[in-house]
Amino acid sequence: MVSTALFFLFAGFAIMCAISMVYHKNPLYSAISLVGVFLSLACIYLTLAAPFIAIVQILVYAGAIMVLVVFVIMLLNLDDEPNTSRLKYLYALGGGLGIVLLAQTLFVVYAVSRTPNQAIDPNVTVGNTLDIGRAMYTDYLLPVEIVGVMLLMAIVGSVVLARRLSQPQLELVIDKEEERISEEINS
Amino acid sequence: MEETLKLIFPYVVVLIGVLLAFQGVLMIVAYTVLGERKVLGWIQGRVGPNRVGPWGILQPFADLLKFILKEDIVPNESSKVIYYLAPFIALTCALMPIVVYPFGPTITTIDWSFLPYGIAEGVHTLRLVIAQIDVGVLFVLSITSVGVYGIMLAGWSSNSKYSLMGGLRSSAQMISYELAMGASVIGVVMLAGSLDLTRIVQAQMGSPWYMRWFIIPQFIGFVVFLISAFAETNRVPFDLPEAETELVAGFHTEYSALKFALFFMAEYVNMFTVSMMATVLFLGGWYVPGLSHLFDVGSVPYALISIGAFVGKVIFFLFLYIWIRGTLPRFRFDQLMNFGWKFLLPLGLLNLIGTIIVVFFLNR
Repeated sequence: MVSTALFFLFAGFAIMCAISMVYHKNPLYSAISLVGVFLSLACIYLTLAAPFIAIVQILVYAGAIMVLVVFVIMLLNLDDEPNTSRLKYLYALGGGLGIVLLAQTLFVVYAVSRTPNQAIDPNVTVGNTLDIGRAMYTDYLLPVEIVGVMLLMAIVGSVVLARRLSQPQLELVIDKEEERISEEINS
Repeated sequence: MEETLKLIFPYVVVLIGVLLAFQGVLMIVAYTVLGERKVLGWIQGRVGPNRVGPWGILQPFADLLKFILKEDIVPNESSKVIYYLAPFIALTCALMPIVVYPFGPTITTIDWSFLPYGIAEGVHTLRLVIAQIDVGVLFVLSITSVGVYGIMLAGWSSNSKYSLMGGLRSSAQMISYELAMGASVIGVVMLAGSLDLTRIVQAQMGSPWYMRWFIIPQFIGFVVFLISAFAETNRVPFDLPEAETELVAGFHTEYSALKFALFFMAEYVNMFTVSMMATVLFLGGWYVPGLSHLFDVGSVPYALISIGAFVGKVIFFLFLYIWIRGTLPRFRFDQLMNFGWKFLLPLGLLNLIGTIIVVFFLNR
């Protein structure tokens, strides 16, 4: 009873924030709304007895990724997004995708309503930190390692892209770029 | 009727606990401000505030009254919604971690029989923690990381270059030092074998206490934690977000009256919660060595002395904050970033790797 009320409270908040995220023209307002979505999702995880996932949701998405997004928005001082009338066909595409998503959601609701209700087993501790850790480092060790290596590759890639060149190297790059531009102008 | 009362009794206890804990923390915070002004005064050869009440003990209330009565100025060109939201985010995120800290041991001999209708029949225990959750450490870290928004949004929404610079500096600083802090906390978590703050305190109990408190086996972790805690709370020597010689008052330049007071309180509450974290992780929390020989474990005096010890250890850290504020100059921004990324984080990670190796061989 209480958990149902809480679910509808947080689900409603999440949907409101999601709508506000799409609706706002100002990127910072959109980012803040997205943080609201993440926080209410975390609360829903808590009501589903998954405290670890809930906290990690806040820590990673609201606390790290969105902080970086807001930081970049502030650093570039982005203004309101101008109206883009030339992308009219995207409205049709978005509408189509929305209908597909709605159909999918309705199918999930239908499928859930068809399955018989099962009593909750109090001995199940899937959401606990201990069980998640154990599963990650025994049964699912390979996927975890693969994800780790991929993240490392991403970090190395970004370091390579953002590295400072030494002066001769920099001049070489600038010369090449100038040549390219002059060729473009000539042709 | 009686059944209903019995049912709601635990919730009433928790509610009273929440009110007491928050009220107590806010009172300590108010007197930290006074203590800071006094101690800074002594360090600098001044007297400090001594006009309001004997020794100035009513100064915090005078300050609060002044904050309430001052004119509230809102900049015309600010983004109003976010401008009003930011101080609330800052203070809420500063106060929320309090709920997971264990203030004292569980009292097992409490007598509720004076209550009418026997509503507390058969209840003899009282936990001195508001919410004992499985992931306490992560909860504290995540709420702290959300707290950055208060400062960032305040800086952005004020529509002033000083505020924006302060907000940017602060978010860059907090993102950087959060990593070092996390690395130093994981060492303690590995030794204790739990993310639950109550379990971490219990892991530090027993004799000899100087070997059990994690400050000894995790001394490097302790130093890394303390330095990054200073950076996380934007205190001297890491107070670049509000460096008054360059940025007027940093992110809260455009805030006045009660909204400024909220930021001010948030800063001191953050100091307090970080000090509680340091106490719980490295100084054994509420545990007093040898106290179980004098009083029964679980009795009321044992619990009271433990709470006193906890508050005393926290006040030691608060004093350290003030002491360092009176001693050290401010970092330059590039020094701050280099120190965080090139020294503190590698040191934290090395400490972590060392701890992993030791724990691995100990558990074999």
